[in-house]
Amino acid sequence: MVKITFITSDNETITLEGKSGSVMALAVDNGIKGIDGDCGGVCSCATCHVHVAPEDMSKTGSASQIEADMLELDDNVNEFSRLCCQLEISDSLDGIVLKVAN
Amino acid sequence: MSNRLIKNKTCVVVGASHAGVNCAFALRREGWDGDIILYDADPLLPYHRPPLSKAYLTSDDDIDKNLLKSAESYEKEGISLNLGVSVKAIDRTHKNIILGDGSIQSYDKLVIATGARPIIPSIPGLANSNNAFPLRTATDVANIRHAVKNSNKKQVVVVGGGYIGLEIAASLKKLGAKVTVLEREERILARVTAPEMSALFQNLHLEKGVEICTNKNVIAIETNNGEKIVCCDDGTCYPTDIIIIGVGIFVNKELAMAAGLDIENGIKVDETAKTNDEDIYAIGDCTFHYNPHYGRYIRLESVQNAVDQAKVAATSICGKETRYDTIPWFWSDQYDIKLQMVGLSQGYDQVIVRKEKNDNKCLSFWYFKGEILLAVDAVNNAKAYVYGTKLIKSGERINKEKLLDCEADLKIAHLISSKIS
Repeated sequence: MVKITFITSDNETITLEGKSGSVMALAVDNGIKGIDGDCGGVCSCATCHVHVAPEDMSKTGSASQIEADMLELDDNVNEFSRLCCQLEISDSLDGIVLKVAN
Repeated sequence: MSNRLIKNKTCVVVGASHAGVNCAFALRREGWDGDIILYDADPLLPYHRPPLSKAYLTSDDDIDKNLLKSAESYEKEGISLNLGVSVKAIDRTHKNIILGDGSIQSYDKLVIATGARPIIPSIPGLANSNNAFPLRTATDVANIRHAVKNSNKKQVVVVGGGYIGLEIAASLKKLGAKVTVLEREERILARVTAPEMSALFQNLHLEKGVEICTNKNVIAIETNNGEKIVCCDDGTCYPTDIIIIGVGIFVNKELAMAAGLDIENGIKVDETAKTNDEDIYAIGDCTFHYNPHYGRYIRLESVQNAVDQAKVAATSICGKETRYDTIPWFWSDQYDIKLQMVGLSQGYDQVIVRKEKNDNKCLSFWYFKGEILLAVDAVNNAKAYVYGTKLIKSGERINKEKLLDCEADLKIAHLISSKIS
């Protein structure tokens, strides 16, 4: 199981365990506040915006071009921004910390 | 005060797709601590609909990979999900609904999220035709997949060249079918986009080997030795194994209508998604609602509208101030094309087509009425979609010359010259 920690805008810290699928789907299934995933995970709505902990950026990598463009919908975008529908759960993500952007 | 008002009350939601499900969860988030009871006639756990005509159709996935929420999520939030249950009537006087089996469920607040159903045109021979399908539900997809798999010739005729029809055409082509699209108008996507966009998608489908025939009004389905023939009023005939019907939807407004709620081009609601009954709301595809940005009543078939109206209704039901004021947005995926649309182009008098240099597959269509930007259709161009969204919202005046200058990179600062006073 891969452990992923979310910190919500209310400063609540929730660690979830996932096997596969996207980080967005894991968050939605567990009702993480601020992660809506309205488009179902096709990088079309920008409602799953997270800020990756700086030290974890090497694990997640940075956003693709289309993802980076979509992130600009949100004023809250910074160099650590990702849309978590584009993060596939795998062992390499184990232990990452994501701050929910909204 | 709002908490006292909503204590131990029951909110019933009829329809458990994007709108209904999101409303149920939003109610809990907004503080509704009474019962939340969801009903839907579809027996399957509520799922995402947009992928049905796209990635889901071409996959072997089970619908469980495509759920709006997991089964446990409903339990965790104390939402009672009643599937495979139809609702027959609303009794506004006694504030209850009557279910398919005659049983009664009372409500304090009721949300109608009944959506829409595909139009099945009354074409002679269609009703008796096997292997003829609309696409709205996961069951429809299962039927289509099964028919394509078991067809030797894999010949498909899609009736209707709108987004659904074209997405299905692209998906079935990917599955190895031979696909012909018959469109009644003189161009595909005629109702929703500019001629330039129609031409782009027509060429795209031709390139991929899908036959697109316009000005084709289907008047009969004949069956000859087991083979189906789709006949048009200009005398042309198209033999086929499988027929897909994608000619639009009917709003599921009958429940609301029989209950005496105001109906126009859908169930009429105010800016909080409330009907003309204080205790009844309506959300999603079935509503006829006011859009403040465009200054008119509209009906939308989209996930965005379903989800956003669901949140507005939930907030209002919990006694909080709210107002629905969103710029509509949509998306469509066909082959390797990602189309993103924002705004409503209806009433435009100019469309500016922009092709980004270095990438001829990266386009955008900017719809104006005078100096006002109404809508943007972005093809493989999320940047244009995002800038379009921001500029429609802000109402900033766009320098059209700079927009037309494809040698310069698309930059928001570049596009703005001055505010509309």
